[in-house]
Amino acid sequence: MIKRHLPFAAVAVVALVAAPLLLEPFRLGLLAKYLCYAIVALGIGLAWGKGGMLTLGQGVFFGLGGYSMAMYLKLTEAGGGGLPDFMVWSGVERLPALWTPFANPVFALGMAVLGPVLLALLLGTLVFRQRVRGAYFAILTQALAAAMVILLVGQQGLTGGTNGMTNFFELFGQDLADDSTQRGLYLVVASVLGLLYLATRQLVNSRYGRLLVAVRDGEDRVRFLGYDPALVKTVTFAASAGMAGLAGALFVPVVGIISPALLGVVPSLELVVAVAVGGRHALAGAVLGAVVMGYAKTAFSEQFADGWLYLQGALFILVMTLAPKGIAGIAHGMVGRLRRARTT
Amino acid sequence: MLELRDVQVVFDGFRALDGVDLTVPEGELRFLIGPNGAGKTTLIDVITGLTRPAAGTVRFGGNDLVGRKEHQIVRMGVGRTFQTSVVFEELTVIENLDLAASFRMPLWSLARRRRGVSEAVEEALARTGLEELAERSAGVLSHGQRQWLEIGMLLAQRPRLLLLDEPVAGMSSDERERTGELLTQIADDHTVIVVEHDMEFLRRHASKVSVLHEGKVLVEGSVDQVSADPRVQEVYLGRRASDAVGNRP
Repeated sequence: MIKRHLPFAAVAVVALVAAPLLLEPFRLGLLAKYLCYAIVALGIGLAWGKGGMLTLGQGVFFGLGGYSMAMYLKLTEAGGGGLPDFMVWSGVERLPALWTPFANPVFALGMAVLGPVLLALLLGTLVFRQRVRGAYFAILTQALAAAMVILLVGQQGLTGGTNGMTNFFELFGQDLADDSTQRGLYLVVASVLGLLYLATRQLVNSRYGRLLVAVRDGEDRVRFLGYDPALVKTVTFAASAGMAGLAGALFVPVVGIISPALLGVVPSLELVVAVAVGGRHALAGAVLGAVVMGYAKTAFSEQFADGWLYLQGALFILVMTLAPKGIAGIAHGMVGRLRRARTT
Repeated sequence: MLELRDVQVVFDGFRALDGVDLTVPEGELRFLIGPNGAGKTTLIDVITGLTRPAAGTVRFGGNDLVGRKEHQIVRMGVGRTFQTSVVFEELTVIENLDLAASFRMPLWSLARRRRGVSEAVEEALARTGLEELAERSAGVLSHGQRQWLEIGMLLAQRPRLLLLDEPVAGMSSDERERTGELLTQIADDHTVIVVEHDMEFLRRHASKVSVLHEGKVLVEGSVDQVSADPRVQEVYLGRRASDAVGNRP
């Protein structure tokens, strides 16, 4: 029992104690950003790795969460009755009705999770009942990401258009530029990721997790076991959407911006690539992939600005052909070999 | 218990079933035979909701099955296996069985971890003789063991009616013998329909047989009655029934 939780506990200590002490604020901020992506990756690991639903549009849910949070931040910024800065620039004179409830932080945070969950439930019900799956589902989710960007860009006055929203100064009365606020945010992000990881792992190890794997490997057979695969898939997809939404809401105060470029087709794909590189069959692999690829992107882009995209593509092909189980698969293989070497 | 009336199935103009009437009373072990393309598997597909009939009724325990979804029909107590066995290779034998046994639980309660082994799973393990392999992943099972696991999963569902599609196909003679015993045992307290080609197997284990031909029930009766029937002999390419039915085309 203790042995099983040891790796998680070790990582938790490093993330919650060592990292805030050792990393300078800028690097800690970057890590917080990667951990936000890791939350999305965890959802992809669940939906794709365990459930076989290749979702190429997690950016949509991430964006819904991010925009909910950004709307709240903008409204506190503007004060009662005021307009967010970008609306003034766009010539909007009255606050749109859609925005009003987001002045309430509980509503905004609630919508950051509930919005994606409801959208995923709707989409899942429509799509999975019709037995749309595999590549068709993947393309559909990707199209959704593209449509979302078009929608956001088109509604300049409502969403800030291509620029999105930025210039956030405070969250719940705390100065966002302050190092201690950012450290607090980092701790919140890391804790949320840890808790979601534990919850997801519990789910995967439960009967429901077995059912999910069964649906992935033989959806038609599962029907004749008396289960409705469409329901199982819809619920799982909604859970992964909720995680992406929450990640988006955390991302905004950490990074200080949300824009269509952060949630379109490319970022959605990058996350799927990260999960594949980390290892989609293990939840820890998905999380690890997001962090590693995040760091790699930053490190590499600091040297060669344009090279990253090619390297990322090459890495994806390499992993898919040589190690389809990703870093987690390689690590698992090595641990197994070590154990065997020790016993013989 | 199961009653099919004038069931018709058409695939792109081809009449797979052309007015099948079939009644199987509670507690019976019924064998379905017929040459390839006679519509045996299609018939099972219609009962279990995989194929929707163009016309006719399918009644099970007083309820109409036509138009219901596959999982709803399972929930009413009809279970089936497939010609090519599909077990979940990444799960262990016990997890496969447990999944089959748990479908009546509400979805949210599945989110809890499995503790111990339920009675239905225990029983299915014992009946199929897979106890020693319980913790092995289903991917390592031999062909015969997979078929047994499928039958075990079916038992774990605790259905009222079992439909088995060629359960002994590809099995060795030892395995056939064991499967036959298993079937007879199961038939003691279940209603069972078995699709099977193998005449030797039928002789040993079948009591009542329905012969399907070109989408219709041709003859019904005991194995001896059926194999002595001139129409059945004609259907099997005009050869003598004894060797013709025994050799799979």
